[in-house]
Amino acid sequence: MTKKNYTYLIMVIPAIIIFFTFHTYPTIQGIFYSFTNFKGYGSWDFIGFDNYLNVFQDGRALSAYGFTFQFAIVSTILVNIVSLLIAIGLNAKIKFHKTLRAIYFLPFILSVLIVGYIFRFIFTHILPKVGDTLNIEFLASNILGNQELAWVGIVLLAVWQSAAFNTLLYLAGLSTIDQQLYEASDIDGAGPWQKFWKVTFPLIAPFFTINMVVAMKNFLMAFDQIIALTGGGPGQATESISLLIYRGAFQGGEFAYQSANAVIYFIVIVVISIFQLRVLEKREVK
Amino acid sequence: MRGHTNWKATILLILGSLFILFPLYLTVNIALKTPEEMAGNLLALPESWAFSNFMEAIVMTDFFRALTNSVIVTTLTVVLVLLTHSLVAYAIARNMHKKFYKFLYLYFISAMFVPFPVIMLPIVKQTSMWGMDNLIGLALLNVVMQLAFNVFVYVGFIKSIPKALEEAAIIDGASIWQVFWKIIFPLMKPIHATVAILTALFAWNDFMLPLVILSDSSQYTLPLVQYAFQGQFSTDYNLAFASYLMAMLPMIIIYILAQKWIIGGVMRGSLK
Repeated sequence: MTKKNYTYLIMVIPAIIIFFTFHTYPTIQGIFYSFTNFKGYGSWDFIGFDNYLNVFQDGRALSAYGFTFQFAIVSTILVNIVSLLIAIGLNAKIKFHKTLRAIYFLPFILSVLIVGYIFRFIFTHILPKVGDTLNIEFLASNILGNQELAWVGIVLLAVWQSAAFNTLLYLAGLSTIDQQLYEASDIDGAGPWQKFWKVTFPLIAPFFTINMVVAMKNFLMAFDQIIALTGGGPGQATESISLLIYRGAFQGGEFAYQSANAVIYFIVIVVISIFQLRVLEKREVK
Repeated sequence: MRGHTNWKATILLILGSLFILFPLYLTVNIALKTPEEMAGNLLALPESWAFSNFMEAIVMTDFFRALTNSVIVTTLTVVLVLLTHSLVAYAIARNMHKKFYKFLYLYFISAMFVPFPVIMLPIVKQTSMWGMDNLIGLALLNVVMQLAFNVFVYVGFIKSIPKALEEAAIIDGASIWQVFWKIIFPLMKPIHATVAILTALFAWNDFMLPLVILSDSSQYTLPLVQYAFQGQFSTDYNLAFASYLMAMLPMIIIYILAQKWIIGGVMRGSLK
């Protein structure tokens, strides 16, 4: 081995050791314990796939998956629509361009947890008053206390916060489009709708793919938003998978059981991300 | 490009921006009100500014200690990330044609798909056993958690730096280390900015990792303190909002001062 190759190796070896110790090793441990009845302390035995079978029969786990999917899908679609609209607006020839862009990006720098506490106040004390005054029935009581509606509150917070970053990605995409294409389509007599679907959208398709995949993945991992707004309630109506794993393991002594849940969760996220990439990239090619 | 301003878009965007600004207006407003005023119109400006809310929140939550903790974790994380992740990415980017480094790249990147809850339980056991349930341990874990994304961004950038410069320096007798620290590291300035911004925002605002790692409440970071004091804030919203506002203010001030730089940095990262 030459001296040069040796130097490169020294550059990466400490990182490999640390990364293995604090990432790969815990991952392997988590998978290992998922096949045991370990409570987080004391002795344990191998129990095969029992934990996995139990997760699939556990009403609380299934409802956590149901809620998380519902929340993640609706939020992903809404965030992408909202941020694409904002990005198109910011990309137009507008006044106060810099200021508006700065305002729309502001939520990205704020703590999700703290913004969540502020939103909880709005849902509890402001919106019901607005509902009362305007006679809008479903707003008249705190939606976070409603089994059927609490998830909508979490979606609103998620959209408010995440639209900032997705808008920026779309803006980056829009800035790569050659203005001459629009001039050419003007000459061809294309309307704004046609211009969007025939010129803009196909050209920012890679950004659409990234935004969909990243947003979906982040929302599937929702934790801070839920801690701040509902704590998983009312009842367990808004308990996300992350929150369930956290609670079950640290407060319920279900170390091994929640490890199995976490492994399933891991597989679900990988499968969904790959599926999205495949489907959306196929559309890009067309 | 058309010369005239698009007023329809401008007005719609201004109206939309009210949705962004409203929660912040509300926060400042309530932080400055007295508890007696809370019975009246919540959106009206406070009659006199009750700065005592801030004083009370500072004492109650030990604000300056939490601020110090957040600054320590964020600074340590960013410095370590910039120094080590760029170095690792450099070694990988310049040896991608070799199987080992290609594998290493994929090995690191694959961590992006591992949700934190998978490693959460074992890592909490491990860190407390090894006495790492403190700010230093938290910073180290931050560095590990950010490795995947940062290596991805850095490698993308380093590939665009021509090798000719390094080859010339090596012929002149420079070592690989000298090439990296004297030539490559300074050349990476724009991407260092992107990585530093994203890493700092993550370390500053993160809640879940500090929640499970830190065991001593005197080491709590700003978001964690807001969580820990929920019970004591109870229905004293003026106190709570004063505390929230102070926890968000350092980032907001930095953002106002360096807004163009921050947006530019994040945008550059997204085009990679």
